[in-house]
Amino acid sequence: MTGKNRENYNKNYIAYVNSFDPPTQHFKNCFRAFMVGGLICCIGQFFRGLYEHALGLSGDELASAVSITLIFLGTLLTGLGVYDRIGRNAGAGSIVPITGFANSVASPAIEFKTEGLVYGLAAKMFVVAGPIIVYGVLAGTIVGIIYLFL
Amino acid sequence: MQTIFFKNKPRIVATGTVAGPKECAGVVGKYVDKTLTDDMFGESTYEKAECKMLSYAISRAIENAGATEEDVDLLISGDLLNQIISASFAARDFDVPFLGVYGACSTLAEAFALAGALIDGGYAKRIVGATGSHFSSAERQYRYPLELGNTRPPQAQWTVTGAGGAFIADMGVSNSQIALTSATFGRVVDFGITDVNNMGAAMAPAAADTVLRHLRDTGRRAEDYDLILTGDLGALGSRIFKDLVWEKGVDLQKNHVDCGEIIYKVIEDEFQGGSGAGCSAVVFNSYVYDKLKKGELNRVLLAATGALLSTVSSGQGESIPCICHAVSIENV
Repeated sequence: MTGKNRENYNKNYIAYVNSFDPPTQHFKNCFRAFMVGGLICCIGQFFRGLYEHALGLSGDELASAVSITLIFLGTLLTGLGVYDRIGRNAGAGSIVPITGFANSVASPAIEFKTEGLVYGLAAKMFVVAGPIIVYGVLAGTIVGIIYLFL
Repeated sequence: MQTIFFKNKPRIVATGTVAGPKECAGVVGKYVDKTLTDDMFGESTYEKAECKMLSYAISRAIENAGATEEDVDLLISGDLLNQIISASFAARDFDVPFLGVYGACSTLAEAFALAGALIDGGYAKRIVGATGSHFSSAERQYRYPLELGNTRPPQAQWTVTGAGGAFIADMGVSNSQIALTSATFGRVVDFGITDVNNMGAAMAPAAADTVLRHLRDTGRRAEDYDLILTGDLGALGSRIFKDLVWEKGVDLQKNHVDCGEIIYKVIEDEFQGGSGAGCSAVVFNSYVYDKLKKGELNRVLLAATGALLSTVSSGQGESIPCICHAVSIENV
């Protein structure tokens, strides 16, 4: 549409375009997400066992040590340029675990380093992860308030 | 009348092109002037690399035309980055008057049409029109960080890393047989597509509008052209484009080619093909120009489309306005 008729959006056209959309392969994506996500969890479990038996950690210390290890691995693989390749083929399996969060913080940090350490790297670091933190905290607060009154 | 006719038939004297390794693995590989082995082009940032590619394409076009910088009356260029920095910064390297234009991925056709009009009107003798794009700088501006592990939707296209330019001159100063004969400036068309990953579908109506208008204004039929070359509709967009013109009684099955559709051997995440200002700039100025020069093609309609959105407009839920400019290029 051109000119002032633009408001009359061509609904037929949008429906016609949607009919061309290559279908999202839900089954394939779910399967891959299950495999990759499961594998990441297995790696986490491996470190959990390792730290428990070799270092004698337990409780919160153990959980923190495992999280720190996975965040380190996620960031390292992002820096090596491997994590995005995994992500492309993993459905959402590499996004949901904590390694995905590490990737979403590290990748803009690498990308915007060219604009300087303050206004580039530091300021843009949370450009992807920021919304997750904001709404995560908000949801946590709401659930906490509900829990207080129950 | 949306079409202007160039009575003095400005000539395309020579072209200059450069493209990245992924692009050169495809059909244009044999025809570009320079193949990059590294998409950084020896620079520290992707933006600088894009600027350097554009600068290279411009100086190579001048060199291939056997001219020098002093001969050039005007440089017309643009690119996809905010405030067209690649073009403006590339122009900094040349001691030549500069006209910055923005038509998103239609910039090459816009530059050619303006160059044709200025030369035809006698206001300039020699003009360089060039544009380019870089996958990594475009991703960063329009989408996500490169290393973010997200998935690309199947409608997505891949921004071409490359640049191309042409040296266009008055017929009196060149014996080239390849001429600009007419140009159709497009109207902004918006069919309400809001999906930024489906540029082909957003741009197809603009391409159809301008191509149909061009055929009507010139009284030509689609068969009169050896090739109707769209810029970066991609595989899906090309199909929609052909459907839309078919509805108006024009059959482009035989002679339509889309630069985006042919540039890659789709093996990884390119899906619908190439996109970006560099797409038509590289394909036309290398592959298609070569065919014109050898006489394998005699009449080509370059109809490059552009999606005129920004990250702000799409963030505010606006649909994607698109444009298409068409330039008729012929052996005379």
